[in-house]
Amino acid sequence: MSPNPRPEPGAPRAYEFPDTTPFTLGNGLRVLVAPMPRLPLVSVVAVVDAGASGDAAGHEGLAMLTASALAEGTADRDAAALAERFERLGTSIDTGADWDDATIHLTVTPARLDEAFALLAEVLMTPRFAPADVARLKAERLSDLLQQRVEPRGLADERLAGVTYAASSRFARPAGGTPGSVRALDAATVRGWHDAHYASSTTTIVVTGDVTPERVHALVEGRLGAWAHAAQPIAAVDVTPRCTSRAVHVVAKANAQQTELRVGHVGLPRAHRDYFDVVVMNAVLGGLFSSRINLNLREAHAYTYGAHSGFDWRRAAGPFAVRTAVKTEVTDAAVREILLEIDRMRETAVSQDELELATKYLAGVFPIRYETTDAVAGALAMAAVYGLDSGYFSAYRQRILAVTTADVLAAARAYLHPEQLQVLAVGDANAIEGPLAALGLGPMTVTNADDGDDA
Amino acid sequence: MRIPVDSYRLANGLLVTLSEDHSAPVVAVNLWYHVGSANEREGRTGFAHLFEHMLFQGSEHVGANEHFELVQRAGGTLNGSTWLERTNYFETVPSHHLELALWLEADRMGALLPAMTQEKLDTQRDVVKNERRWSVDNQPYGTWWERLPALCYPPTHPFHHSLIGSMEHLSEASLDDVAEFFRTFYTPDNAVLSIAGDFDAAAARAFIEKHFGGIARGKGRPPLAPMALPATFGGWLRDAVEDDVMLPRLFLAFRAPVFGSPESYAGSVLAAVLGMRRGSRLFRSLIREQEVASDVSVFTWDLSKGADLLVVDATARPGTDAATLERAVVAEIDRLRTDGVRDDEVARVLALIETDYVSSLQTAGDRADTLSKFAALFGDPTLVNEQLPRYRAVTAAEVTAFARTYLGEDNRASLVYVPRAGAADADADAVEAA
Repeated sequence: MSPNPRPEPGAPRAYEFPDTTPFTLGNGLRVLVAPMPRLPLVSVVAVVDAGASGDAAGHEGLAMLTASALAEGTADRDAAALAERFERLGTSIDTGADWDDATIHLTVTPARLDEAFALLAEVLMTPRFAPADVARLKAERLSDLLQQRVEPRGLADERLAGVTYAASSRFARPAGGTPGSVRALDAATVRGWHDAHYASSTTTIVVTGDVTPERVHALVEGRLGAWAHAAQPIAAVDVTPRCTSRAVHVVAKANAQQTELRVGHVGLPRAHRDYFDVVVMNAVLGGLFSSRINLNLREAHAYTYGAHSGFDWRRAAGPFAVRTAVKTEVTDAAVREILLEIDRMRETAVSQDELELATKYLAGVFPIRYETTDAVAGALAMAAVYGLDSGYFSAYRQRILAVTTADVLAAARAYLHPEQLQVLAVGDANAIEGPLAALGLGPMTVTNADDGDDA
Repeated sequence: MRIPVDSYRLANGLLVTLSEDHSAPVVAVNLWYHVGSANEREGRTGFAHLFEHMLFQGSEHVGANEHFELVQRAGGTLNGSTWLERTNYFETVPSHHLELALWLEADRMGALLPAMTQEKLDTQRDVVKNERRWSVDNQPYGTWWERLPALCYPPTHPFHHSLIGSMEHLSEASLDDVAEFFRTFYTPDNAVLSIAGDFDAAAARAFIEKHFGGIARGKGRPPLAPMALPATFGGWLRDAVEDDVMLPRLFLAFRAPVFGSPESYAGSVLAAVLGMRRGSRLFRSLIREQEVASDVSVFTWDLSKGADLLVVDATARPGTDAATLERAVVAEIDRLRTDGVRDDEVARVLALIETDYVSSLQTAGDRADTLSKFAALFGDPTLVNEQLPRYRAVTAAEVTAFARTYLGEDNRASLVYVPRAGAADADADAVEAA
């Protein structure tokens, strides 16, 4: 076969993020509509300012429990009847809460949209919260927490949060709560949370797909126009770090076959002025397959199946962390390489070549990320939560491509803090404790996978 | 809803399918090689998957990991995956980079071996061993997807052995194995190439001819060991595993007609009647009413040769033991076989399947993969447009008949995970509170 030279790209074709029509009802409910008429599908997301950040101390998990209980029936129909009604329409609702919001989501064919939306409005305004259903969901959460003690990935993430944030921070504890806090919840606390935070003024309805703004306006006005209710504000999360110097935390897990490793510190809030610089900086460090950390740990050393870094973007500063799982006997070597890569990001500028790999990737995949009605609805909901302006999506690619090597170096120096990194390893303590101590990174603690904070 | 499908063969046997859609400047390239873990020879379990890793280690004109880098630099996504019956490789790129994706795939189909070295093999072998630890050995219940086929297919059957492979076999794989596997299976006449999304058909055809046309046809693949099996297990097979888990979990499997057969559509509808979402029988009964399970799902593996599996996967609630969980699942299965399935249950399921199927064709990548699937398994990519009519034709009587034929006591396999003795005691507190 005669080798053909590597092809040159053709002329790029134009791309526009779907046009979005915003409007606000008289009761303050905000609505965003993005027509995408390609396939007979419509996605609806109701996003409410009722996330886990607002959980009171001792009631951690309430926002998530409330969101999951939304699917368990309305004033007019019990949980089984509600599920049946949705499913006969070829859809079902997914409800859940994150740190900053609660969402109800469904995708349906356009012919069945009116009926499905009427049900969704019932769910939002008049949830049933029957004590037996809430008790069952609470038991399911406790069951998940029980399982997590032997599931190393979730366990490592949870423990990292606990050693990254001060005990006074909501972020020190899981969004879904702990066994102790979940046991304190019941149907009354769930209803109290709904009364306090679910309201027209705290809700945005996003509709994408095979619809027109006119149809959506009539639908939302008809079903939610009369919803009027005052909401309580949610206070900003305290993001004080637990400690500002480096430390090592070993979590002993019986029969561990490898080490789940986390290296991180308190990161940045989503609305940060240097967001784009930080996103590109992280892409070079550990955000892509071809990033420094993955190529080092996986392809050069074969320590792992994969290694990644990321900023967890929240309204208040979420964690920055490197996450990987490595062979037990290379745990210390993997930590050393991760720390070296973080230092290297701060010492010298990345090459133009590395920069372009990251910026061209992030700009290029943007249209690929938003091929589906769900993905566009999710993006618009996220923009609503974080107050991103209407031009955010159309400007995204230019803003990524404008980041320079100097911006990346400045972001690394300003926002990566090697001296504050918390190193956390879930694994065979007998095998990894000594080698990790020998790295001389800082004080070391050893706890057990079974030690729940209040289990 | 119909998606456009065009297909043809190159002189060297490569089956090409094309599906245009210009709503976004995005195009997907997808290759299915008709080879999977079923084609591995004895003593080489895990080889098909290890080989998939090697396909990202460069080819004659592409450096190690350069495939990833070039696609990402073009603003694209990519990956590969291995299954029992096939291995697929795929890129989604901005549409003006279509030729790059085709060139990369053609270079490794046509000229992989010049780039293979012992060092690359050693590295990827270790990466795969780490993948095994991560996804199987260090995960609660992680061994289920090798234990279940081992229980349900006889030892000599190509679906019996582990897909990710044993550590021992991975250690034994050699560069000669890589070369032999490549020459045997990675040939144009054993592959399907699909393109979906924003492309010009004439240009795409020209790119395909230019880059793939010169690759030589293969010498024919060796036949698989016999795949045919009796319609049922002929009894109730059992495997119980003590593991580092907190809650019992049951996999109750049934041997089922192969994916794509007329009966298989009734089987999929039955799986959905039993386990799809909150309105399903098992969710209502086990989770909501009896509160014996915390999680339940029902699915088919969609294997197109020999025999498929229909699987109920249920995890116990704290305080429920494995035997109680199994009794509850079996009681629902038996009730369904006795009373039959109602029309309204089938209507619920068909409405859900319809929305899900349309949703599953939204991205160029998913459309291309679906085209490759029907082209590779059945030689007919236009089957993508026949799935909804086939589901809609399923009647409640057919679903009931399927249940009575295939869900009886002569066709069950139970794989049960139970907490290692002593592990559960520490959690009396949480159980009590639940």
